[in-house]
Amino acid sequence: MRELLVKYLSYLLLVITLTFCAIGISIVFADGPADIPAPKQKYNEETLCVEPVEVMRKQHFEFVLEHRDKTVIDGIRTKKHSLNECINCHITANAQGEFARYSDETHFCASCHQFAAVNIDCFQCHADRPEEAIRKAMNPNQTVDHESQKINNYLELSHSESQ
Amino acid sequence: MHYKLDIDTNIENILNDVGESIDAKEVAYEVSMGKRDFLRSAAAVGGLAIAPGVLLYQTASAKPAAQAVSGKQRWGMLINTNICQEDCDACVTACNEEHGLWDLGRPQTDAQWIRKLNVKDKQTGHVTSLPMMCQHCEHPPCVDVCPTGASFKREDGIVLVNAHTCIGCRYCMMACPYKARSFIHESLEDQLPHAPRGKGTVESCTLCVHKVDRGDNNTACAEACAKDGHNALLFGDLNDPNSEISKQLEKHGGVQIRADLDLNTGVRYQGL
Ligand code: SF4
Ligand code: SF4
Repeated sequence: MRELLVKYLSYLLLVITLTFCAIGISIVFADGPADIPAPKQKYNEETLCVEPVEVMRKQHFEFVLEHRDKTVIDGIRTKKHSLNECINCHITANAQGEFARYSDETHFCASCHQFAAVNIDCFQCHADRPEEAIRKAMNPNQTVDHESQKINNYLELSHSESQ
Repeated sequence: MHYKLDIDTNIENILNDVGESIDAKEVAYEVSMGKRDFLRSAAAVGGLAIAPGVLLYQTASAKPAAQAVSGKQRWGMLINTNICQEDCDACVTACNEEHGLWDLGRPQTDAQWIRKLNVKDKQTGHVTSLPMMCQHCEHPPCVDVCPTGASFKREDGIVLVNAHTCIGCRYCMMACPYKARSFIHESLEDQLPHAPRGKGTVESCTLCVHKVDRGDNNTACAEACAKDGHNALLFGDLNDPNSEISKQLEKHGGVQIRADLDLNTGVRYQGL
């Protein structure tokens, strides 16, 4: 009986150790793929970002959420907690001069969201790259094909029905 | 880039409201003399030319970025249809470029924040050309009907859609007498930082709110019009008696389209 308990406990210990190892490894990788371009600048030497980095990691969305309403409703356009300014600073070109999109894992926001399985919809509407990158990439004929096709079909259908 | 007249759904309805019927397929509208009151004609304003450069060098008062907008200002626009050129769409092109509005080749659903209309007087054959966009009503029906409060009027009179709370019901599109709003039907990419837009929400002319807040004291359409040497569009503060727009309005007047609705629009027209 006692032998069994010792055996069981040592197994348990092994499992716990392995789990912690796995967490440790993933924390190392949580720093993201090595090729995420560095931010343009430090906000200041002390906090680095607009708030201390630990605070930003946990609460950045609270800051942008508050700033969002101030901007849209009251026209307050300060830069400190503005999503556009996050992008302007954090999304920089890689060695090849390319800017990552939110759909790429080397995009600053995506690198962490993908790891943490966070699903956001900010970038369905908002620019995920600085303006110069967007202007370069702009495709006047862009649509998502299956959607366009669906809408075309619908319009043709309702058109032929009305005739 | 060319503009489109969304003829079927736009001014035809305005005309129908006053019992006018038109051939929607014709580009130039046949509007008979007696029914012209849908455009609430004012005394003719002949040859009113706003001096070139006036638009660009108005006394600009940039508000500090941290300061909320206030009711001290009421932004508006004065459009001189005597100057507006029938074959010119510089304002439309400029708006599309400023806000990254792409023509998806489907006029029924393409976003249209500003469009050009040509209205022909049957009696005289005179064609009046005018840009039509959100009129930034003081009493906006689009705001009245919005179930979520997403359609709202800023303190300074600019009417906007807060896309964060818009549920895409399109009630506001039905309510707007000017058919000024568009619905985004499909996923978009490469939106500009100052003009976020996305599927499932309604949008319309923002009176270049990002430029206003930046202190440009002008809109993309008015700038383009001035650049082409026409100066038919004048942006400014209706509450400031010393602004060029207020002076012009005081001196020569400016009418509202569908003034009978008592919406007190921020966009006024001369020469109608
Ligand atoms: S013109 Fe239409 S969209 Fe603009 S404020 Fe008036 S009702 Fe609203
Ligand atoms: S579509 Fe959006 S802005 Fe328009 S009424 Fe509905 S919720 Fe309001």
